[in-house]
Amino acid sequence: MNIPEFLTVFPKMGKVDYLAFKKTVDGAFRQFSRAYGDSIESFFDPVLFFLVNLEKLLQNTPWPIVIMVFLLLIYYGSRSIYLTIGSLAAFLFIAYFGMWQDTMSTVSIIGVCTLLAIGLGIPIGILMSGSDRVRSAVVPILDIMQTMPSFVYLIPVVMLLGIGKIPGLLAIIVYAIPPMIRLTDLGIREVDKEVLEAADAFGANRMQKLFRVQLPLALPTIFAGINQTIMMALAMVVIASMIGVRGLGQPVLKAISNQYLTMGLLNGFAIVVLAVIFDRVSQSFGKRLQQHRAGSRE
Amino acid sequence: MNKVKIKIENLYKIFGPKAENYIQVVRDGTDKDELLAKYNHVLGLDNINLDIYDQSIQVVMGLSGSGKSTLIRHINRLIEPTEGVVLVDDQDVTRFDKNELLDFRRTRTGMVFQRFGLFPHQNIIENVKLGLSIKGVDKSESNETAMYWIDKVGLNGFEFKFPNQLSGGMQQRVGLARALATDPDILLMDEAFSALDPLIRSDMQDQLLDLQKNLKKTIVFITHDLDEALKLGDSIAILNGGKLVQNGKPEDILLNPADDYVEKFVQDVNRAKVLKVKSIMNKKNQPNDAPKINMNDSIESCLPTILETRATLSVVDDDNNIIGSISDKEVASILRSN
Repeated sequence: MNIPEFLTVFPKMGKVDYLAFKKTVDGAFRQFSRAYGDSIESFFDPVLFFLVNLEKLLQNTPWPIVIMVFLLLIYYGSRSIYLTIGSLAAFLFIAYFGMWQDTMSTVSIIGVCTLLAIGLGIPIGILMSGSDRVRSAVVPILDIMQTMPSFVYLIPVVMLLGIGKIPGLLAIIVYAIPPMIRLTDLGIREVDKEVLEAADAFGANRMQKLFRVQLPLALPTIFAGINQTIMMALAMVVIASMIGVRGLGQPVLKAISNQYLTMGLLNGFAIVVLAVIFDRVSQSFGKRLQQHRAGSRE
Repeated sequence: MNKVKIKIENLYKIFGPKAENYIQVVRDGTDKDELLAKYNHVLGLDNINLDIYDQSIQVVMGLSGSGKSTLIRHINRLIEPTEGVVLVDDQDVTRFDKNELLDFRRTRTGMVFQRFGLFPHQNIIENVKLGLSIKGVDKSESNETAMYWIDKVGLNGFEFKFPNQLSGGMQQRVGLARALATDPDILLMDEAFSALDPLIRSDMQDQLLDLQKNLKKTIVFITHDLDEALKLGDSIAILNGGKLVQNGKPEDILLNPADDYVEKFVQDVNRAKVLKVKSIMNKKNQPNDAPKINMNDSIESCLPTILETRATLSVVDDDNNIIGSISDKEVASILRSN
């Protein structure tokens, strides 16, 4: 039997056309990056300044003081003496194996990313919860942000800003902010309708409803979002190190290319330890917030 | 008779994306089921006209889906009407702009909800202060007012507890205190006692009647429970399928039900217990020498005396003037038609 050719071979774009297409898009973006690269870079200067100085502060302060401060924060957040002691052991282990500086770099970039994700994510989540139209526009974008391989959106970012901390920071935020937005939206939407109606019946305006009812009642869910954001930011540490972010990711990268098993394991272990500490502290802090707010039947 | 406080005129509510288009269809006599089947719109209220008198308790009764919760939410415009007018002291609530409406809700109405609607993250005193803090009343004054009302509803000592530490009845007392704290002239109660168990419910009804003696608010009370309606209502409006089928005094509803629906509602009621002596007394016969009974007593309460003595009792008003009589004949006729 003779099958027509157009059924066996897809009538694809010609090579010449494809080249021209590539050239146009690449050229246009290159032009855009030449024209606006500097101003976009300077837009991020405040963030960079903050990040650099936080890193310096953590690295240059004597380690016993830093550890003391961390342990106080961990105890305040979790109220767990076991977690605090465990964290102390982990910090001593990290420092003993020479990973202190890298760990401080990672902590500072995770800290800044989390703060930015909270600062951007909560307002977006609030807007989303208030309007189904905004929601249906934002949700697909969040889906793309979470599924698009990081390298793909890193290409234009690196073309624009070069390699360094800011592109790394953007890559981490793009990956880590969706749960913050989603869970803020969910938390506000789940607020009991009758409680909200009560606020309406007593004449509360939009802001009063938001700050007295919706946000306080959504807080436990929002805290779950913060927890998720921190975890996802940590997961991006290695990828960020590929575009020049210092921290625990870089030795891991080095270990992969040179097959340094011990080095890889140790740094991987440090990332895991950080993740566990961040997770436990933020979770138990969120839980305590909930208990205290809701009270419990006696 | 007091003046009319709330006047509802030709009020229609149709739920659905093209509600306005179906007003005429409803006017032409399409009922709730037909509107849903043919046009996929839900008829909430169908041409409601109701006068609610100042300082009275107006009960609105009906089965679920009859539109009673929809009706009460039109008074403070938690639900926008499709067409019609709601006048409160001759001001049209449906024409208020955003700020007028907020102001109206803050100062003129208080609302009590079936499932309380308390803020779970705030303690009792903060919950009671809700309306005041929304208004921007300063802290010491609102604390004082809140404590006064917490005391009034008998929750002294619970002001720093959280809602879920209290029983249902206590939570609804908080709801009541919260509604009264802004000193509104209109109190909207949406099945306020329906979620409570019978004993607590009866307590709360007594407490409300007790408060009302001094407060003299205009209360709109939604319920599906006839006994509650008869106990509380100065006037009872009955809704069916979004239509107002009857509005009248409790004894009118019992003695002259407007249609089968109302009759079904009232058929299981113990009339002797609910009806007062004055509603069936013989006004022409005013004996001087018979045992006396107050006109506001229930028929049931004079039954033993009538059965024992087989005599005619004279009915007296609150000032002890004889205004009529009641005998086994009247009682028998009422019990027979039950």
